[in-house]
Amino acid sequence: MTMDVKNKMIDVRDVYFSYPHHNENEAVHALNGVSLHIEKGEFVGIIGHNGSGKSTLSKLLNAIIFPSQGDVIVSGLNTKDHQNLWTIRQTAGMVFQNPDNQLVATIVEEDVAFGPENLGVPPLEIRERVDRALAVVEMQAYAHQKPHQLSGGQKQRIAIAGILAMEPECIIFDEPTAMLDPSGRREVMETIKRLNRDKAMTVIHITHFMEEIVDADRVIVLDKGKVVMEGQPRTIFKQVKRLKEIGLDVPQMTELAYELRGEGLKIPDDVLSIEEMVNALCQ
Amino acid sequence: MSVEIKNLSHTYSEGSPFEFRALKDISITIENGSFIGIIGHTGSGKSTLIQHLNGLLTPTSGTVLVDGKDIFETKKSELIQLRHHVGLVFQYPEHQLFEETVQKDVGFGPKNQGLSEDEIDQRVRQSIKMVGLDFDAIKDKSPFELSGGQMRRVAIAGVLAMEPSVLILDEPTAGLDPRGREEILAQIKSLHTQKQITVVLVSHSMEDIGKMVDKILVINEGEVVFFDTPNRVFTEISTLESIGLAVPQVTYLMRRLKEKYPEIREDIFTVEAAKKEILKVIRG
Repeated sequence: MTMDVKNKMIDVRDVYFSYPHHNENEAVHALNGVSLHIEKGEFVGIIGHNGSGKSTLSKLLNAIIFPSQGDVIVSGLNTKDHQNLWTIRQTAGMVFQNPDNQLVATIVEEDVAFGPENLGVPPLEIRERVDRALAVVEMQAYAHQKPHQLSGGQKQRIAIAGILAMEPECIIFDEPTAMLDPSGRREVMETIKRLNRDKAMTVIHITHFMEEIVDADRVIVLDKGKVVMEGQPRTIFKQVKRLKEIGLDVPQMTELAYELRGEGLKIPDDVLSIEEMVNALCQ
Repeated sequence: MSVEIKNLSHTYSEGSPFEFRALKDISITIENGSFIGIIGHTGSGKSTLIQHLNGLLTPTSGTVLVDGKDIFETKKSELIQLRHHVGLVFQYPEHQLFEETVQKDVGFGPKNQGLSEDEIDQRVRQSIKMVGLDFDAIKDKSPFELSGGQMRRVAIAGVLAMEPSVLILDEPTAGLDPRGREEILAQIKSLHTQKQITVVLVSHSMEDIGKMVDKILVINEGEVVFFDTPNRVFTEISTLESIGLAVPQVTYLMRRLKEKYPEIREDIFTVEAAKKEILKVIRG
């Protein structure tokens, strides 16, 4: 096995996917030849407008749906091979938009235990995994609470703990902050970043909030079912005009830098954060 | 239409061990034709509050006056009338679409209002246009084969078709992409200016609120924290943060820039305004 293959978490090879329609001519071609790869330990942001194929891609990675053409390889396993299904779903966990749709039990720690229980993990080990997972998302104090009494951000952290207890190698977050208030959004983003930084978890983060992925290792932009841009956040976001053309946004500071440059101010075109903007303007 | 909220309190499950005081003595007046934003973290009482404005919830104490009339002192038939005037668009309104076609779904409200076929047809056409959709292209489609953003618009059109004088929207842009967000907000704004209806917008996006509204109601643990212009509210950064809220990114920037440029204004919450102010200060 070469080094290259060993470090690959996810490999998507020329994937096409269509949603069927009763009238064949109206079938929706959600993905039109997508190729990408994600390394172990990477934090990758995926952006694209509604209907660009982001969620279809995430479902393919988790083997919820399968390519009409092409291959999706997760940790060396092809999703097409049905024998691999359970291993793949355990390897690549998913966290969705609505926390209320993901919590199943009436007590927080039981909810977190649901995944490992289904995997047939021995009870003692389940106990350990649940405690560890709750510690990682900093929710130990709520172990015996009822999930419906928690805030949106706390519920999402429980959903993340539930995935962690299955010990995946990679977590796909499909707009996990879309329904949260600012403090909930901050809590969840801090948790995601910490998982990646301290636990070397591979993170794929799909979002409409550009600020959330300025720290990502890489950003992938989807449009009409294709990868149209790919690179470091800094090189992606400075292409303000192009992103706006495909219906996307840039972080507020990048937009401000773009506007100020338009007025002839000499500041860098790849400003991402408040800190960088302060530096640029206060030299 | 003006909406006057007087000493409004609401307690869920009163007298039971689960008693929860969701609203505590709220008194504010929403002027006719104004555009109000409501912010507060999840569970602060925002949704409970707006459900009182068209009588979906009954207050534990206090009341709501719409155009001077106490809505909880009226007959049931009048309350139904009132709901035609105060339109409420819930969070994720597309979950409430149910008809076979877009045209039927949008026409459901006006049909219940007892309007004639012609009037219903006209209102459906108008409101679909108002939300930026092509009536002819979409009218016969099933609401369920539309994209998320289109479904959202159809659902909003369904409320607009009742021609409300007060329009309340609970997070109308949640889950939409940046362009979808911008388009829906622009349509709400133009509805407000053209039809001069009163708009109440609940949102978690401080940037959107800053761009759109005349006045912001900040609510925390069922109480009013601020009810003032964005300029005044967004300069209260520490109070807002202490109740789980934030200010727009550019507002944080202006505060930081003040260290170097003491004359710079802090009551800035849009990129456009920040650009002007920075240019003014730097160019002197």
